[in-house]
Amino acid sequence: MNRILAFLGGHEGDGRIVPPAGMTAHLTMFSAAAMSFLAVFALVLTLAASRLAEHWSTALAGTATVRVTAPADQQEARVAAVMAILGTTDGVVAARPLERSEHEALLAPWLGENLPLEELLIPQLIEVQVAPDGLDALGLTLRLQAEAPGAVYDDHTRWRAPLARAAARLRMLGWGAIGLIGLTLAAVVALSAKAALAANRQEIDVLHLVGAEDSYIARAFVWRFTGRAVAGALLGTLVGAVAVALVPDDPGAGSFLTGLQPDAAGWALTALVPLATAAVAYLATRITVLRLLKEKLR
Amino acid sequence: MIELQNVTKSYGDQALLSDVNLQITPGSFHFLTGPSGAGKSTLLKLFYAELRPTGGRLKLFGTDVTRMNRNQVARTRRRLGVVHQDCRFIDHLTIAENIALPLQVAGQLTEADMQNLHELLHWVGLRDRSQALPQELSGGERQRAALARAIIVDPEIILADEPTGNVDWEMAGRLLQLLIELNRMGKTVVIATHDLNLIRAAKSQVQTRVLRIRDRKLQIAGADL
Repeated sequence: MNRILAFLGGHEGDGRIVPPAGMTAHLTMFSAAAMSFLAVFALVLTLAASRLAEHWSTALAGTATVRVTAPADQQEARVAAVMAILGTTDGVVAARPLERSEHEALLAPWLGENLPLEELLIPQLIEVQVAPDGLDALGLTLRLQAEAPGAVYDDHTRWRAPLARAAARLRMLGWGAIGLIGLTLAAVVALSAKAALAANRQEIDVLHLVGAEDSYIARAFVWRFTGRAVAGALLGTLVGAVAVALVPDDPGAGSFLTGLQPDAAGWALTALVPLATAAVAYLATRITVLRLLKEKLR
Repeated sequence: MIELQNVTKSYGDQALLSDVNLQITPGSFHFLTGPSGAGKSTLLKLFYAELRPTGGRLKLFGTDVTRMNRNQVARTRRRLGVVHQDCRFIDHLTIAENIALPLQVAGQLTEADMQNLHELLHWVGLRDRSQALPQELSGGERQRAALARAIIVDPEIILADEPTGNVDWEMAGRLLQLLIELNRMGKTVVIATHDLNLIRAAKSQVQTRVLRIRDRKLQIAGADL
């Protein structure tokens, strides 16, 4: 453990050749911490949006509703006619008129409990289970119009589509934000490495004079910067994760904001943030340093 | 080991050295002299490929330097020990670490080397100063540390640029003794200096060749020293 800490602090291995505790090292650590913190949030929001998009596109898919509106004395006959049509339609797995109690439950939030439903002219709803391959909605609509006027087929697309689209867009924005966070970190680390290289010009000249190859010098810088970035990322990820865990969670409430908590796979992804940070810092430093060393060729 | 054919080195239009022909053979002891700014340091820098000739051919250990890539230059430098005029240490590393640096960058630092390092520090008289930082050393101590760093890789040739420039005569004599000892062990030595006393002191102990830069040309100096 001490060795790991020493490595992260740059006291161990080839990283020692780069002078310790420069401002660039602290900047790298701070940026990695801040970016990891942001990345954790972006990741959590993205995963939540992802779940939501999936929820909207699957939960209501596979079901449809036929609404039958008719004068009270004809309603039963009309429903029977619709049931007959549905029974002969390809793609309908099952169809079931809703019970009175179910109608009451659906209307209760708007009209209150204990409705005298008999006295109201309320459309009869028929719940339809649609086969995975779907059905010919247009054909069914035309048949209903012809044989059971007042019956309307509704496959919920109108409700689902905009919500699913919005959630999918949100998810895309989330991944985009994560990508930008990664690129920003790469830019900050590359600039820090460049500044460190300029500040340590003398050390680099000495290393060249005693026969160091570019890859050796690059490694010394990469050790130091990756170590700092990992230390910062661990800190940022930890704080971010604790902050996420402290957000009140109530999936039952069914809203986006109360369903933020990632599942086990989500937490596992979050744990990858420091690794990704290390990879970004490693590549950014290595590419920057090797390129700058080559430019010095006389 | 080092072979120059009609080598020219110019900065812009200004030729500093032209038509330099020289062959440095194993085991020889060379002095390179001439007035300040004549090009002594430039010639040494050509020898360790810090600079590249603008004309002619320069071969290091049989390889043309203009054909070397950066890594080949780095590896060639491990066969050369260079004592720079201003020493050039890494300031936040101790003297022991600085001296071991050529081995460390070559990835060859072993336990046995740490023993060698100890003996080397003893030989140059810095045993008690091994944990000091470079800026805590006197001029003479820095020069001896630079010499130790130059020879830790067991180089075939030692190039020293004004190694006695910043030290008193007694210390210069000690440094010269170390270089003469190395030459007796079979190392090739090239010393750039404008200190004629140093050259005279060496001549009484070891067979030397004195090269003088005058009017951009390299001449073999006569017995006038």
